[in-house]
Amino acid sequence: MEITELTVHELQDKLKKKEITLPEITKAYAKRIEEKEKDVQAFLTILAEDAEKQSTEIQQKVDKGEEIGSLAGIPIGIKDNICTKGIKTTCASKMLENFVSPYDATVMEKIKAEGMITLGKLNMDEFAMGASTEYSAFQKTRNPWNLNAVPGGSSGGSAAAVAADLVPWALGSDTGGSIRQPASFCGVVGLKPTYGLVSRYGLVAFASSLDQIGPITKDVEDCAMLLNVITGHDEKDTTSENREKVDYTKAIRNDVKGMRIGIPKEYFGEGIDKEVKEALEKAIQTYQELGATVEECSLDIANYALATYYIIACAEASSNLGRFDGIRYGYRTPNYNNLKELYRHSRSEGFGAEVKRRIILGTYVLSSGYYDAYYKKAQQVRTLVKKEFEEAFQKYDFLLTPTAPNVAFEIGTKSNNPLEMYLADICTVSVNIAGLPGISIPCGVNSKQMPIGMQLIGPKFSEETLLQAAYTFEQKIEFRKKYRPEFKK
Amino acid sequence: MKVSREELLHIAKLADLDLKEEEIDTYLNNLQDILNFANIVNEAPVQGLGETFGANDNCNVFRKDEVKVFEDNASLLSNAPESERNMFKIPKVIQ
Repeated sequence: MEITELTVHELQDKLKKKEITLPEITKAYAKRIEEKEKDVQAFLTILAEDAEKQSTEIQQKVDKGEEIGSLAGIPIGIKDNICTKGIKTTCASKMLENFVSPYDATVMEKIKAEGMITLGKLNMDEFAMGASTEYSAFQKTRNPWNLNAVPGGSSGGSAAAVAADLVPWALGSDTGGSIRQPASFCGVVGLKPTYGLVSRYGLVAFASSLDQIGPITKDVEDCAMLLNVITGHDEKDTTSENREKVDYTKAIRNDVKGMRIGIPKEYFGEGIDKEVKEALEKAIQTYQELGATVEECSLDIANYALATYYIIACAEASSNLGRFDGIRYGYRTPNYNNLKELYRHSRSEGFGAEVKRRIILGTYVLSSGYYDAYYKKAQQVRTLVKKEFEEAFQKYDFLLTPTAPNVAFEIGTKSNNPLEMYLADICTVSVNIAGLPGISIPCGVNSKQMPIGMQLIGPKFSEETLLQAAYTFEQKIEFRKKYRPEFKK
Repeated sequence: MKVSREELLHIAKLADLDLKEEEIDTYLNNLQDILNFANIVNEAPVQGLGETFGANDNCNVFRKDEVKVFEDNASLLSNAPESERNMFKIPKVIQ
């Protein structure tokens, strides 16, 4: 097996047994990137050379017998909306094409404290607004399973890079499904943590009450390991929760006996692809065979939640993106006669069409006359969504749904129809609205060998339950052993 | 609710965005489509429910108000499109 095919816990085993060295790992990734990146186009910045240098230094410490952490020297890919000191953070936008963050995001400080090495910055939809990574201002990332299909989005670069073995694991961000949906499209594991579990400091804000950073990994055990690294209270993010630190790897147990799973029937109705539905039904059966109790339930909020999501997310985005004015950082137009023109022209030329669309929608729903009809109503629906979930969790340990209504679609088929693109998020947004954790894991492939994702949703801070249930399922179906991306052209 | 061209231009102005003449119809149609869809929130059974503004219930999170000096001014200014004498440069605002 190639080094780049290994999960991080498998790499750790081999390092412990001295079967491989750290520079061998970074070299293997450099070679893999050289071979496959031209097909996948997942990276906006590649740091493979620098990574090799760093890994050699860490290896020297190991050889001298110095104590190093268990993740020291392990490479990682970072979504390009997470600030990395001294390295470009573009948000895949012309607006931030040359932006170099003067500081590290809190998650980056944590990653560096472990001695992990950044292998590169990964492509995304501009400012994380999109479900296909086609709205990147720089390049279209391709799905490693079929290069004519999208990788999903907005963390499409992160998911594609993990699936294509260009990085062992990656960080993404999820505002309405941006970790889980691309993970589903690319046949990898993606976790959106409970709101407040991971600090958002240094994550370029899209919708502050919904955004959360999370892991995208090859398997569930890696997911637990990376979650261990990034969680924790942070004074710099007042919405981060002050809780006792949990070791999520302890949840990696092969057992779902007695777990109660709710299957919200609304997530299996109209609009859900037949093959996706069939794969999910098989997954439900697997859980039953493994000893879990499964029951159909009702959660009639999907459509309200999607509308609410777009109102709230765009409203918050219109405010958050107000900071891009061409003064302190970011794109500045050459065409202006006064300050007002400088602002307007810089914003109009620096933002892409989808970003402008969302700023306009957000400004509209917040503007006088429409605030009550849209924004206020959406905030009430938010209460409703939370309440519906709370009621469901009185009966079930977690809910099981498809991650997306379809498998990865062909490039160019939805990018000109914003509303249709928004519908790609229908299964995932309610999780963000209620601030809950959700994990997507592969549960099979369709007749064209495209991966299908299953989503598990739990109450707040139930990551351990979700990881345990996901792990047990993963061990049973052995997706990674059976299916590999083929880079079909 | 039907959005007029004038309304769209007013909203764009509030958002500090210029729309090109040839873009206006597209943005107008997109906005209309999305709002038609978003209208469903008005059918949701929310009578008697309060508003939720955040995903968690934290409010008024306090910490000590301590000055922490950020030393690396150069890295801040290096991102500025234009700077002069350690300051951000903007066009003249007082005529």
